[in-house]
Amino acid sequence: MTKHLVSSAVFAGLVAGLCAAVLQLLFVTPLLLEGELFETGARMHFAAGSAPQSDAGGVSLAGQSMRHALTLAMDLVTYTGFALLMVAGFALAARRGHEVTLRGGLVWGLAGFLAVQLAPAVGLPPELPGAMAADLVARQIWWVATAASSVAGLALIAFGGDLVKGLAGAGLILLPQLVGAPHLDTYFGIAPPELSAQFATASLGVAAASWTILGLAAAYFWTRPAQS
Amino acid sequence: MTTVTQTTSRVDTDVAGILLTAFAGLVLVFLAGFAHASVLHDVAHDSRHAIAFPCH
Repeated sequence: MTKHLVSSAVFAGLVAGLCAAVLQLLFVTPLLLEGELFETGARMHFAAGSAPQSDAGGVSLAGQSMRHALTLAMDLVTYTGFALLMVAGFALAARRGHEVTLRGGLVWGLAGFLAVQLAPAVGLPPELPGAMAADLVARQIWWVATAASSVAGLALIAFGGDLVKGLAGAGLILLPQLVGAPHLDTYFGIAPPELSAQFATASLGVAAASWTILGLAAAYFWTRPAQS
Repeated sequence: MTTVTQTTSRVDTDVAGILLTAFAGLVLVFLAGFAHASVLHDVAHDSRHAIAFPCH
């Protein structure tokens, strides 16, 4: 049945990755391109000797089709990776007697968003290009540890079956946040705070939608009758 | 009830197959989101920022 595992995940990953790419192009990429104007110095915000305000908007997606095509390709790869992990979770749950249904897929998708996107974003907000931050490897380690710990915590709460395991799960979710993400001890922001905040919320909103679609699509392909 | 036959067939999946599937997922997420090779970084740049992986 490993073939069914992989094929369900690939189909779901393609559906979710495509939706994610379209939503990103609509809601996230314009903000990202605007952030690059501040990263390169084409626009300045609150710079010494200049006006305290800067122009907003005015970026176009046009003329960079190769760049956006690569983003689509990498979204497909990323969401197929997420889908393989989720479907492996379906199979583990099924072995323990918790068969996944289409509606259950909605919960899996939302839980995936909470553990893999929202929990790391609590400590490390989605970054505009040009944002200064602590050492990359340290942030990547914290990000991966937080996602893994949150997945394990949610799984304990969902499948542990008793209060002690539920509390242990909550502890696993809380622990990386108490340890804290690596941060610099100074602020370096060059982009307007409004733009950074809008980027963070748009990025998380698109991730929430994409993970919900991923959960539904993965459950749909997973529960389809096996072809024999 | 088709649900019953489905349940049976899904539970058949062996642990090795599940682990292999999860490992393949981790490899894809690592390549798209975390690998430091500059080609991968450049190709995945916008995707990494939009998905909120630490990028730079």
